[in-house]
Amino acid sequence: MHELSIAQGILDIALKTAAEHQAVRVGRITVTVGEMTGLVPDSLRQGFEVLAAGTLAAGAELVIDRIPLAASCRECGREFLVENRHFYCPECGSAGVELVAGRELRVEHMEVE
Amino acid sequence: MRLNVQVMTDILAGNDRVAGENRELFRRQGVYVLNLLGSPGAGKTMLLEQTISRLKDVINMVVIEGDLYTQKDAERIARHGVPAVQINTDGGCHLDAAMIAQTLERMDLTGVELLIVENVGNLVCPAEFDVGEDEKAVVLSITEGADKPLKYPLPFRQAAATVLNKIDLLPFTDVDLTAVQTDIVSLNRDIRIFAVSCRSGEGVESWCDWLQEQVKGKQNHAGKIGNRKMEETR
Repeated sequence: MHELSIAQGILDIALKTAAEHQAVRVGRITVTVGEMTGLVPDSLRQGFEVLAAGTLAAGAELVIDRIPLAASCRECGREFLVENRHFYCPECGSAGVELVAGRELRVEHMEVE
Repeated sequence: MRLNVQVMTDILAGNDRVAGENRELFRRQGVYVLNLLGSPGAGKTMLLEQTISRLKDVINMVVIEGDLYTQKDAERIARHGVPAVQINTDGGCHLDAAMIAQTLERMDLTGVELLIVENVGNLVCPAEFDVGEDEKAVVLSITEGADKPLKYPLPFRQAAATVLNKIDLLPFTDVDLTAVQTDIVSLNRDIRIFAVSCRSGEGVESWCDWLQEQVKGKQNHAGKIGNRKMEETR
């Protein structure tokens, strides 16, 4: 539901980067989106398209790399993918885990002309 | 000429920067800030009313109410004699740090010990936006269903406390309270869980005790830093 705020964040970063490079147009923008951000990729693309209209980033393609949810056990150090919201360590059964991936919301790179 | 530029910028960096400024302001004022999350109808405002009626004589508190369009929540809070400022998000699904920063400009935090920010009713988006709070708490009513913590893990991962509300309705549901608690602990081993009924008042006392401890903890911490600063300047 907060896709529009995130899309605005991406657009702000894209326009700032474009200005830094005296670009006249923004091409493909690649973002990483972790599984545990609750973002719907299609809504994010649509939101971005609407917000970018009339800017240097109008028509720019948004490439979304999804990052799976991964955790590390605080007890035994095992790293594992969290599937089906099962946050217990598969090695020792502990519930004390740190997330190591899956919370990303980052603009990685973009094309400017 | 087409260039591929490395950007590597966090999309929420702008929000996080403003949240950091809010946090610094709260630190200077020595005010403990709780960001209260939960679904629409979970009982966030009612929990606040219960909390205020128990704590308003011992803690100097103010409330920021986030709501899509109405003033209803702030009016409810103000009736209890506690200052309440309403933020209307005009359809926005969450409060962000800038909304709080703008609101703080027209609030006087002098002498305030506790600021509770009641977020927009929503278990997804508010968890993503830091507003500068010390801690988050999430209200979940048992009538929402036992599966909600695992379906919406983020707020439970981030919160320092969960209030399981409406336990007076347990006999009318199939919810196994212990199973819900186990799921929540699987998401966050350190979380404090309070089973309460805001309607009957059951369990609210321990929640208020916890909240009071958090406020004192911040004051003690601020006091220590203050003392250290005085020693440094001597």
